[in-house]
Amino acid sequence: MAETLLKVQDLQSWYGESHILHGVGLEIGRGELVTLLGRNGAGKTTTLKSIMGIVEKRAGSVTFAGQETIGQPSNVIARLGLAYCPEERGIFSSLNVEENMLLPPQVKQGGMTLDEIYQLFPNLKERRRSQGTKLSGGEQQMLAIGRILRTGADMLLLDEPTEGLAPVIVQRIGEVIRTLKSRGFTILLVEQNFRFAATVADRHYVMEDGRVVDMIAAADVAASVDKMHDYLGV
Amino acid sequence: MGTCSLSIEVSTQLLFSQLLLGLINGAFYAMLSLGLAVIFGMLNVINFTHGAQYMMGAFAAWLMLTELNIPFWFALILSPIVVGLFGILLERLMLKRIYHLDHLYGFLLTFGLALIIEGLFQWKWGSSGAPYQSPIPGGYNLGFMFLPSYRGFVVVAALVICLTTWYAIERTKLGAYLRAATENPTLVQSFGINVPRLITLTYGLGVGLAAMAGVLAAPIQQVSALMGTNLVLVVFAVVVIGGMGSIMGSIVTGFGLGIVEGFTKVACPPASNTVIFVVMALVLLIKPAGLFGQTK
Repeated sequence: MAETLLKVQDLQSWYGESHILHGVGLEIGRGELVTLLGRNGAGKTTTLKSIMGIVEKRAGSVTFAGQETIGQPSNVIARLGLAYCPEERGIFSSLNVEENMLLPPQVKQGGMTLDEIYQLFPNLKERRRSQGTKLSGGEQQMLAIGRILRTGADMLLLDEPTEGLAPVIVQRIGEVIRTLKSRGFTILLVEQNFRFAATVADRHYVMEDGRVVDMIAAADVAASVDKMHDYLGV
Repeated sequence: MGTCSLSIEVSTQLLFSQLLLGLINGAFYAMLSLGLAVIFGMLNVINFTHGAQYMMGAFAAWLMLTELNIPFWFALILSPIVVGLFGILLERLMLKRIYHLDHLYGFLLTFGLALIIEGLFQWKWGSSGAPYQSPIPGGYNLGFMFLPSYRGFVVVAALVICLTTWYAIERTKLGAYLRAATENPTLVQSFGINVPRLITLTYGLGVGLAAMAGVLAAPIQQVSALMGTNLVLVVFAVVVIGGMGSIMGSIVTGFGLGIVEGFTKVACPPASNTVIFVVMALVLLIKPAGLFGQTK
């Protein structure tokens, strides 16, 4: 594995009284594309949110590029080069497409330019004056991904980017994710759709009841099909 | 003229002077409801201290003039800064602790603060009020009516202030942060924007706007501890009619209702104090989100 970019140890987190994560541990090297698999309610989304610092309370250790972030607010964590794309996409209805695109501030040098992003998502350029929430589901997903590519963040946390999208759009998102990996982005991807995840990832972490219970390298996926079925209940 | 007449048998002189009065009242409704709408959008707090902060703006200008000999034009800038900083202090020390609670708590806290502030001013300076000399004396005879220069200036200044605020929120980068953070503060913060600081700044600006309106009001009204008390009630009605959170809505509704009130003074003087509340009740029945509001 290349230089470790993100290291999570014994990560615990809470929503109000409910204890959601019970000691998550994972490690991701620079340039890797890793997925987080698991059934509904296993704590995948909460893991992404806890890494980003947007849960009410968290404990344990999350180091990014060697820096401990557990006590930091999310705006400081973002400035280290982490970017988060939420499951609900979070497109702002009071902003048009281009304003949505330009909203996240630059945190580092070396982000993609607006032109490069529009090249990746030509639809968005055509509709750049439209209200953000007037886009189709697939276009909103592309906007949600596109707007965090400009910022110079090294690592993207993507929460179920294919959810609820037509197969042809899922395929398109897959191509985009591969392109991003080839451009050097480190990606932690939460997916329900294992078939999709298997085509893009280097490794898979499997979560159950707020913990990481297994790690499967892409090369071993074929040999682990039965085990995966057990984990995911598919 | 104590009764209502539907036939229009009024002099143009009366009609236009009431229209001007309506425009001036509308100018204050617009400036104040604008600040309330911005604050509510960002802080989720119904800022009942707004009337007291408007009064503080007028008082600051009056104190600057009488104690420090600072003329109106400097006070118009300085007083909103001073009162805005006071607002920032209030936000940092108190308001920020109640954002996660129900609106009711914000309302009670800011209402209590308004009572305390107004009580202190009343205790120190009494409630009779002090005059503030008009910085632009004189006026123009337009033939159909007499236009006092300062009142004309107030209408224009209020328009400029309102449109500048609208532009800053709807057309600039900072405004885009503000609009986005109003919708989803958590996500905006996760992009690397210091949302708590943005919230503090917004409150400071909203309070500053109220104070600026107060300075503009000083030469028209008496500067007194309770000058904001009644006004703020009408302004809340304006905000309800326009719809919470719409900037242009606040501006249009503010001026519009001022004019409606002015015309009511001509057609039916006894109703002029209640007409805005009647409109509010009607709007609530027909379009509960307000004329320009969006239902979420």
